[in-house]
Amino acid sequence: MFAFIISRLLQAIPVLLVVGFIAYAMFAFVGDPVTIMLGQDTTEAQRAALVHQLGLDQPFLVQYAHFMWAALHGQFGISYRLARPVSDLIFERLPATVELSLTAAVLALLVGVPMGVYTAIRRDGLLARAFMIFSLVGVSLPTFLIGILLILVFAVLLGWLPSFGRGEVVRFSHWSTGFLTISGWRSLVLPAITLGLFQMTLIMRLVRAEMLEVLRSDYIKFARARGLPERAINFGHALKNTLVPVITIVGLQIGGLLAFSIVTETVFQWPGIGLLLVQSIGVADIPVMSAYLLLVALLFVGINLIVDLLYYAVDPRLRVDRRALTGTR
Amino acid sequence: MNRMIARVWDSDFCFSFRRSPVALVSALLLLLVVAGAVFSPWLAPHDPSDLASLSVMDSFRPPAFIGGADSGWAWPLGTDDQGRDLLSAIMYGTRISLAVGALAIAFALAVGIATGLVAGYVGGVVDSLLMRIADIQLTFPAILIALLVDGVVRAALPRDVHDRAQVYVLVFAIGIARWPQFARTVRGSTLVERGREYVMAARVIGLPSWRIMLSHILPNVLGPVLVIATLNLGLAILDEATLSFLGVGLPPTQPSLGTLIRIGNDFLFSGEWWITVFPGATLAVLVLSINLLGDWLRDALNPRLR
Amino acid sequence: MTLLEVDGLTVEFPTRRGLLRALDQVSFSIGAGEVLGVVGESGAGKSLTGAAIIGLLEPPGRIAGGQIRLDGRRIDTPTREQLRPIRGRQIGAIFQDPLTTLNPLYSIGRQLVETIQTHLQLSDRDARARAVRWLEEVGIPAARQRIGAYPHEFSGGMRQRVVIALALCAEPRLLIADEPTTALDVSVQAQIIALLKRLTRDHGTAVMLVTHDMGVIAEAADRVAVMYAGRIAEIGPVRAVVQQPAHPYTQGLMDSIPSLQHRVGRLRQIDGAMPRLTAIPAGCAFSPRCPKVFHRCRVERPDLFDAGDTRAACWLYDA
Repeated sequence: MFAFIISRLLQAIPVLLVVGFIAYAMFAFVGDPVTIMLGQDTTEAQRAALVHQLGLDQPFLVQYAHFMWAALHGQFGISYRLARPVSDLIFERLPATVELSLTAAVLALLVGVPMGVYTAIRRDGLLARAFMIFSLVGVSLPTFLIGILLILVFAVLLGWLPSFGRGEVVRFSHWSTGFLTISGWRSLVLPAITLGLFQMTLIMRLVRAEMLEVLRSDYIKFARARGLPERAINFGHALKNTLVPVITIVGLQIGGLLAFSIVTETVFQWPGIGLLLVQSIGVADIPVMSAYLLLVALLFVGINLIVDLLYYAVDPRLRVDRRALTGTR
Repeated sequence: MNRMIARVWDSDFCFSFRRSPVALVSALLLLLVVAGAVFSPWLAPHDPSDLASLSVMDSFRPPAFIGGADSGWAWPLGTDDQGRDLLSAIMYGTRISLAVGALAIAFALAVGIATGLVAGYVGGVVDSLLMRIADIQLTFPAILIALLVDGVVRAALPRDVHDRAQVYVLVFAIGIARWPQFARTVRGSTLVERGREYVMAARVIGLPSWRIMLSHILPNVLGPVLVIATLNLGLAILDEATLSFLGVGLPPTQPSLGTLIRIGNDFLFSGEWWITVFPGATLAVLVLSINLLGDWLRDALNPRLR
Repeated sequence: MTLLEVDGLTVEFPTRRGLLRALDQVSFSIGAGEVLGVVGESGAGKSLTGAAIIGLLEPPGRIAGGQIRLDGRRIDTPTREQLRPIRGRQIGAIFQDPLTTLNPLYSIGRQLVETIQTHLQLSDRDARARAVRWLEEVGIPAARQRIGAYPHEFSGGMRQRVVIALALCAEPRLLIADEPTTALDVSVQAQIIALLKRLTRDHGTAVMLVTHDMGVIAEAADRVAVMYAGRIAEIGPVRAVVQQPAHPYTQGLMDSIPSLQHRVGRLRQIDGAMPRLTAIPAGCAFSPRCPKVFHRCRVERPDLFDAGDTRAACWLYDA
């Protein structure tokens, strides 16, 4: 178990190094950081000083090593656009993105899985068909269009919910949360639905497909032949076997959630790192872009590890194989 | 000839098509939208790129069916903030969206097929290196890659160039974001084909590797990857719309559907809903019908799921 | 005493090209404690008969006619949920492939306890004790220690023993065994058949043993039903059917089996193949392949007639 985690972490290191290399290459070669930071009319001495300060006069690999070392300590340089340390900018906005993505993910799972099970069991039911049509619309409509539609209906026409920002937030040293105020929750509703809808429909369709596959299997037939109650068969035997592939996709989808939080944050002017990224790309603020890239890579590595651990918890076959492999059986 | 048509018509494939109203309706809708887009220079009531015909007086006209006396049927779906006819803008915009989507998929196909062929045929270190890159990229969502590539290329190009080159930048960014899937598929089928007798024979008579890959293996591995490409077209169109909506895609002077929705989004609160809603509906119909057709196609080719 | 009566059972599948009749007027009965073998080629309807009896026909298949009675009570009409207390408790079932019939994610103990508690009012401890006893009874060594093991930790033969324990743990009075040994190694097959024989004799369980292996039938069955194209061709005591088959199809079937006792010069085969269910000929389904065919066979379908010690669906025996 422990050895397994270690080996997964070791595998992740090359990935992070490659992504870091790309991130640094972006910073060093795209545009001219010195000109961008100092502006056009500067003396040669000022330029030379900055070049030296940024370490741009050293060999590329040394620069790269410095960059990664700094990144390891949470230093990503200075934003061209806002002239503030990138790490400050990101940590200011991280809570907004985390709270939005988390709410959307919970929403997607809590609604998506039961809907998937239901549509698989009542395959030809009227409600199941309605769910399927709804899911197809959810999968097809782009996130930003869903957001605009929700704003149009619930903010413009009905005036029930706010259409932008996080509402009032409560601060705890480094973290700011909208979970503790009513206006925070009200502001969260539309963005969370927008972001979660796609994942929700995806999870629903996936659970349904897997569930149908499992319900056809011999062990379900045998469970029926033994007279087990339908409920035990559907939720005990079938759903658990559905979980393995579902965990994979859901794990991968958390990445998608982060990517689409960029879009959602733009639609709702949600002050998270996604919005920061879009604003930075608009003006070619490279340090923010490379920091974002590295952060996302790190996050994905973490998610993949968690997914692997979940497999381990669900499927006993993996446990045995692993024990056999590591020779501790 | 007639008999052949009859046989195709009677095949299981066409049978399930005729029996599926969803497939029929979505094929019809898709045809309608695509035809409107492709023939927009001849069908559209106005030319939105003709700046001389625009007048601020005409801006923000509501759609004809609710506008009453205020507007005429000259602007069936109303006008935008610059007085452009929305229907024409949508038709031209769909054209751009379709073009960017198709070109991006074509680019992704070219890159994916080339890498897949080489990886599968050469094998060894080259194979594991290329596939490792593809795997790493596949862990990131395509839209994120496209966004970052788009951002980097924009930053690298001088400002005056990138407005003009934006279509190609988008094609490059979206294409690069979607190549790994094609590469993996092609590599898989190449591995199978490489072991077949006809490839052995070609090697024995001493044909150079590139000729074996291009004229012997390629035609045999093209089928499955083209099916995936068709299914990916809808996604590529969405990628473009999303990037344009985020403001890093096509500029308002050359609007795609995404750009139009972005423009309209600014006027949502002042009551001019149509500037957003009509391009949005067009995009939704376009992508929904592609997805419905794709779903039906997959089920029709996989009878077990019926 | 009759336990199960199947009377004129007809099963149909609606397809794109019309109704497909997979079982056509199948009638037989099984007495308490009796072992009925059911043989036939693949597609003859053997497994389908079993599935119909336990009410597990795969949709869109459905019972279109006839009756199934257990102790004189009809069990073909109720819906799935009404049949549930009968399955497992009255009628057990085991299937062909032990590798896929056990849920891979639950320990065998959990699956046994769950099944036992579904049918019998037992505490967790008593159910567990009963599970251990059944595992011992089907010959799992160190049953008490292995009750927490997962299916993939057992070999194929051991898994089939677990499957048998699962099917019998609520002591049903009838067991439907659908090709229970087909997927197993030959050396294990005999053990499993011997186990089934012993268990069903000890517990007084009647068995419907579906197989295409005449050797298994001769070994284990009291009576045998021969099926062909969704119909019963011949039914009777196993000795009579094996030694003096009446129906030309059964005769062909017996001639095609290699025997160790009597050395024959050459194995014979039946010419042609079983008709597809969409194209069953009028009259007797076997008529196109039958060496003794005459006019009536091609127009009229024969009922089961007394033919020596057996009953055969053949006009040769029309009294």
